[in-house]
Amino acid sequence: MGESPPRSADAGTGGTRVTQSHDGPAGASARVAEAPVSTRTPGGAGLGGGGALPRARAFGAERAFRGLTLAAGTAVLVIIAAIAVFLIAKAVPALRANTVNFWTFEGWFPNDPEPKFGIGALAFGTVLSSVIALLLAVPVALGIALYLSHYAPRRLGTALGFLIDLLAAVPSVVFGLWGRDYFSGPVADFSAWLNTYFSWIPIFGGDGPFGASILLGSLVLAIMVLPIITSLSREVFLQTPTANEEAALALGATRWEMLRTAVLPYGRPGIIAAVMLGLGRALGETIALALTLGITFNISVNLIENGGNTIAANIANAFGEANETGRGALIASGLVLFAITLIVNITARAIIYRRREFTESAA
Amino acid sequence: MAKRIEASNVTAYYGNFKAIENINLTVEPKTVTALIGPSGCGKSTFLRSINRMHEVLPGARVEGSLTIDDQDIYQRDVDVTAVRRMIGMVFQRPNPFPTMSIFENVVAGLRLNGIRKKSILDEAAEKALRSANLWDEVKDRLAKPGAGLSGGQQQRLCIARTIAVEPQVVLMDEPCSALDPISTLAIEDLMFQLKDKFTIIIVTHNMQQAARVSDRTAFFSIEKTGDPGRLIEYDNTQRIFSNPSVKKTEDYITGRFG
Repeated sequence: MGESPPRSADAGTGGTRVTQSHDGPAGASARVAEAPVSTRTPGGAGLGGGGALPRARAFGAERAFRGLTLAAGTAVLVIIAAIAVFLIAKAVPALRANTVNFWTFEGWFPNDPEPKFGIGALAFGTVLSSVIALLLAVPVALGIALYLSHYAPRRLGTALGFLIDLLAAVPSVVFGLWGRDYFSGPVADFSAWLNTYFSWIPIFGGDGPFGASILLGSLVLAIMVLPIITSLSREVFLQTPTANEEAALALGATRWEMLRTAVLPYGRPGIIAAVMLGLGRALGETIALALTLGITFNISVNLIENGGNTIAANIANAFGEANETGRGALIASGLVLFAITLIVNITARAIIYRRREFTESAA
Repeated sequence: MAKRIEASNVTAYYGNFKAIENINLTVEPKTVTALIGPSGCGKSTFLRSINRMHEVLPGARVEGSLTIDDQDIYQRDVDVTAVRRMIGMVFQRPNPFPTMSIFENVVAGLRLNGIRKKSILDEAAEKALRSANLWDEVKDRLAKPGAGLSGGQQQRLCIARTIAVEPQVVLMDEPCSALDPISTLAIEDLMFQLKDKFTIIIVTHNMQQAARVSDRTAFFSIEKTGDPGRLIEYDNTQRIFSNPSVKKTEDYITGRFG
């Protein structure tokens, strides 16, 4: 088993894409990487040596650049540490002053002489609206991405991809206003319809009014995270080695079977990353939800009745009239949001890591 | 198990570029046929026309007729996936599915055919891996990723994947060009064994390989860059390499051109 290239899987598979007629020399892609090296080969006596070897320079561009990158890397840690210290320092006094249980109390009155505030309802609303937004957005986004990468004619795919990216550039306040002033109408009608026929399911129960609900917030959120998930998964799908797609086709796969056999498994880590980025955006989304949700402070799984609130939306709504304790309370809620995001990201990493044996060679 | 392939006036295009022109060639069942010729002469294109993989590339199309036991695979109502199931293909670079285990790779084709039963899959996987001379090396690590094998093992895994669905014909597009001599030898040995059951067509740049493994050899060439590739000579391998009837073939084989 003295066979040579053990990890040639991806370097090799990328190669066939470039060679239009497959008669090109093997390893064309590998050769590209070597090209810069060969330009350094001796051109004359000056570069190629001869005479004594020069000493390595103590302070060259090499070192300067190394220092620069090190500084940039360290800066991230310093900034995060500084923010954490600031947040904790501000949050702790407010949490001390809180007269009720921070985790379970359903309400937000930190500005009262006897401050009462709880994170439960807000955290619940945050997670609920984000999860529903993802449930709505991910299938659509993956569908669009697969269409753009593997079905649409190349030109149409590029144009549509551009439009999708444009959707990501719309400010969230615009989405929020659109959701509140226009989209809430149809959603209210749809909610009433759901309530009429499906009120036996708790999430569609209640007596109204409908409209400014978790459903509306989630729909707006779904539209907002759609472009991120779509364009990232599209990139991932486009990177599937042609060789793997051809392997599937040559086994007699239909186009959908080819996508299922070669493209989707290959893109799995990328899809998870895309979904997590979308979830991160949804969890942190502030103004669109502040504008569309009904702003209540109770834990309820009802999706269609007016109500719902999220941590970020609450910060946007309550910050203006908050006193010292109020601001501390909001900062404490921000810390909780931070923790939620962290947990989500760690989970995603764990999922990707669990199958690293298979994804390493693919990535 | 094996079928006769007849190509008549096969012409293939990449967009407006004519890659091969009027190829006429008959391949007998249970033989190894080698396609040789200089780069860009269209041997791979012709090979990919045989299982309709050529048309996968955007803008690529094929004219003429190609029959497998008198059935034209380019007829309008023919199911492309059925053609490809009948005619397996091994590629230049080993291309196991990177996300799948060795076992899953081998049975990928069977799964596509809707076979779910574990016992059938197990049996077929062992049979295919044994046929590909890979069983002894991987039997203890079937659940490990296929991409973790060495290059030569990966290529044999791809051969196992191809023959697991029991095709009639196996096409090989320079299957050894990315492999070292020992792995190459293993695959050549394999071809001798597989010839009992399958019709094999192999594209190769290595003339010694063509001489070693094939019964018949087809020599393709082009006049100059940009011209379509043509079939120059097609004969028994021994004759092609000892006493070719066309001067151009002789020049190529003796290394005076190409």
